[in-house]
Amino acid sequence: MHPVRQKRLLWVVAIVLILGAVVGLVMYSLQQNINLFFSPTQIAQGEAPQNTTIRAGGVVVDGSVKRDPETLAVSFDVTDYEYSMTIEYLGILPDLFREGQGIVAQGEMMIDGVFKASQVLAKHDEEYMAPEVSDALKKAESKKVTGAGSAASF
Amino acid sequence: MRKILLFLPLVMFLALGGVFYSQLGKDVNYMPSALVGKSVPDFTLVSLFDDELVTNADLPSTPYLINFWGTWCPACHIEHPFLNRLAQSGITIIGIDHKDQQALALQWLEEKGNPYQQVLMDEIGHFGLDMGITGAPETFVVDSNGVVAYRHQGEINEQNWPTMKEYLQ
Amino acid sequence: MFPEVGQFSLILSLFFALLLSILPLLGYWKGNRLLLSMAQPLTLIMSLLVLVSFVALSSAFLTDDFSVLYVAQNSNSQLPIWYKFSALWGSHEGSLLLWVLILCGWCTAVALKIRTLPLEIGPVVLAVLGTVCVGFLSFLLFTSSPFVRILPDVPADGGDLNPLLQDFGLIVHPPLLYMGYVGFAVAFAFAVTALITGNLNAAWARWARPWTAASWAFLTLGITLGSWWAYYELGWGGWWFWDPVENASFMPWLAGTALLHSLAVTEKRGVFKSWTVLLAIFTFSLSLLGAFLVRSGVLTSVHSFAADPTRGVFILGLLIVLVGGSLLLYAIRAAQVRSTVSLGLTGREAWLLMNNILLTVLTLTVLLGTLYPLLFDTLGLGKISVGAPYFNSVFTPIALLLIVLMAVGPLSKWHQTPTRLLLKPCGLAAMFSFGLSAVVVYCYEFGGLAFISLAVVFWVVVLSFSDWFSKVSAGTKGIIPRARQLPRNYYGMLLAHLGIAATLVGIVLVSVNSEESMLRLSPGDTAHIAGYEFQFDQMTRVTGPNYVSSKGQFTAYQNGRVVATLFPEKRFFTTRQQVMTEAALDAGLTRDLYVSLGEQIDESAWGVRIYVKSFVRWIWLGGLLMMAGGLLAALDKRYRKRAGA
Repeated sequence: MHPVRQKRLLWVVAIVLILGAVVGLVMYSLQQNINLFFSPTQIAQGEAPQNTTIRAGGVVVDGSVKRDPETLAVSFDVTDYEYSMTIEYLGILPDLFREGQGIVAQGEMMIDGVFKASQVLAKHDEEYMAPEVSDALKKAESKKVTGAGSAASF
Repeated sequence: MRKILLFLPLVMFLALGGVFYSQLGKDVNYMPSALVGKSVPDFTLVSLFDDELVTNADLPSTPYLINFWGTWCPACHIEHPFLNRLAQSGITIIGIDHKDQQALALQWLEEKGNPYQQVLMDEIGHFGLDMGITGAPETFVVDSNGVVAYRHQGEINEQNWPTMKEYLQ
Repeated sequence: MFPEVGQFSLILSLFFALLLSILPLLGYWKGNRLLLSMAQPLTLIMSLLVLVSFVALSSAFLTDDFSVLYVAQNSNSQLPIWYKFSALWGSHEGSLLLWVLILCGWCTAVALKIRTLPLEIGPVVLAVLGTVCVGFLSFLLFTSSPFVRILPDVPADGGDLNPLLQDFGLIVHPPLLYMGYVGFAVAFAFAVTALITGNLNAAWARWARPWTAASWAFLTLGITLGSWWAYYELGWGGWWFWDPVENASFMPWLAGTALLHSLAVTEKRGVFKSWTVLLAIFTFSLSLLGAFLVRSGVLTSVHSFAADPTRGVFILGLLIVLVGGSLLLYAIRAAQVRSTVSLGLTGREAWLLMNNILLTVLTLTVLLGTLYPLLFDTLGLGKISVGAPYFNSVFTPIALLLIVLMAVGPLSKWHQTPTRLLLKPCGLAAMFSFGLSAVVVYCYEFGGLAFISLAVVFWVVVLSFSDWFSKVSAGTKGIIPRARQLPRNYYGMLLAHLGIAATLVGIVLVSVNSEESMLRLSPGDTAHIAGYEFQFDQMTRVTGPNYVSSKGQFTAYQNGRVVATLFPEKRFFTTRQQVMTEAALDAGLTRDLYVSLGEQIDESAWGVRIYVKSFVRWIWLGGLLMMAGGLLAALDKRYRKRAGA
């Protein structure tokens, strides 16, 4: 083979190998590390997988926050006004965590239907609401309204 | 072959632009409330001034605005003078004092004037949830049949008022 | 009165920007020297007008003119004066004005240096920059004017600046970041000019290099500051979150780094021409993409501005016109540009090509991770988030490989490198760095990834110094005169490469050698973390200018001696009714002590985060070294020659 061609071929092979490796790495990492979002309704209907990291969220139910007297453990309920679910968390909640606020938690569903959170994110200011939460609320909201006059669920 | 390859960046960029556009479109549609075209949800709330109970039956029969506000909300400070002017020009506004304290709200209206025909207390925020608000200020235009015609998020001002005004007819 | 002046001068500047984007190009096609010579004065007038409008807005802020809607929304009479000024760029409209001002600053710099360029090239560059200005000025004027008045209903006081932004880091972070972002517009303008004029040669690359290096340096500093700010202000002690907005600034940095290196090859060897042009377009496009992501609300993030769909549509249009237009021009014109020199497998070109491939791949993986939730949603597959683990697992191996190659590149010669020149130093360096790293890892019981990473750090340091030493020790003159003779460009590179090594030291040690704990503590309690004893002394109430605060006092002891007293705060901003965490830090070269208050749990107990972070400062120290390197390279003497000289 002509030496110039040979060099070029080497380059092409090297680039293809690198790109192949990168694409493989990216695909694998994406598969491992994307977290699907589930609303309390979806979780109540059993759509959420167990033992997989997912995100869940809704509005924190008034009066549902319970703290352990000794440790940082805390549990609270979130709702999309259709269904509620309980979230357990060990750690410090964000500054903007309040009852009646929209939050997103990342963690896993346990067998007993409790969501064990490894991370809790609160919306960042009054104007902003995590899009997943507002989306979930919207869905529940429109159901509620089309359900003609069914009174609020609390 | 090489010529076609040179167009590749352009094509990839345009595809990405398409994705962005579809996402933006979503955002535009997202603003209207599910309530538009529906009646104002049933409620029983306490009036700010006299602690009387107020229900849907007490709402005006002419077109009016429902304005969610609170003393805690920075944009409400900015909106308030404009509401005063609307009230002077004869527009009926029902104020919902959202997640607030009675004393603070009374003081606020004392200081800044009261543009509202009625002010109802939504201390816990249940009515706000029924109306599907995500923050304050938020304003709904209600027609003479008690049906929500339009929803506006954020403060009302000179720029966006004309749009709302049309819905108020 | 002043706001109207500001608005009016913005409109005028748009008019001049339009002239600037048209007249010099017309002059170029018609060969009219008069039209060409108008580029410089037009640029200066346009920039001056934007400056006037910026001054008008800042005076509205400083005089508490709450009749201006934007001031009323973002400032407050109680705010300290420096925050009143920086509140100007606290939100969308004002930060866009700052963006335009900085863009005009770069235009002015190019206009003042126009004599270093050939007669017909400089004006075309300015015209392209003028087009970018037209885009941003009309975005500002038509969708987001900061001068809108609320008359006659002037509010008594303003809504206050977001407490998150009431901080020194946030005063300086956006301007520096924009300096970088917008600076790449100059490289972009050079690239488009090359495509328009067909004048793409080594000289072209030489003109573009200092501008690229300077904007790269600013962007580096901006990102470094942003990371530092997130570390002490967000209260979680993290320094990088792979948040969409961080990625938006990181992608142009990666692409800009690639551009810097490929410009070097284009200048010295005249190869990679069309690739370099594409990279220049790509880098600035990523800056624009960042602006789009932050301002359109398609992605949410800690830092993004309130979403407004009409703005999103406008800036998307701008993106399509500028990026799409330049890529179209590229597709049509780049075919005429061909590099015919073949590449040696061991020449410096090859090393730099590898650098470019890996950096581009890194950029694309970050881009993919950032936009994946968007793609997923568009395809209707559901709402997802791509976590930091994705970025870490993809980024780490590629970046380490890149850094390994980075250290070898400088040893190589253009075209062909004799193998012995590479083999001996590399072999020695490999033995040394693996050995040293093994010792460190054994002594401190770190894991496998730390072993590899630290070996890479030593590898970079050893090879960089041995390269410098071989350059200064050759020949008959003494070491110091020879060291002085080496170009600034070379020292810039050396500094930047060592900066990468320093940052890597920080990243590795902070992740393997830090201790973090979240505790429930009451005043009087103590906690033992990483050989330090933290005592929670007391809580006090403090009143600030626009907030009230719960202030904790912690004393840190080591071996019974007081090391530091820390005062973490929880501030409650009264106007916005918002709570902010102010972490307390005791900074050190080898470790930071970090205490931040969580929530109050009962009467006396607080949730408290206590971290002991190893070498975390090195992350930003490395950033500073890189910035210094970039500036040094930008100031190299060779770039100051006049055209034709």
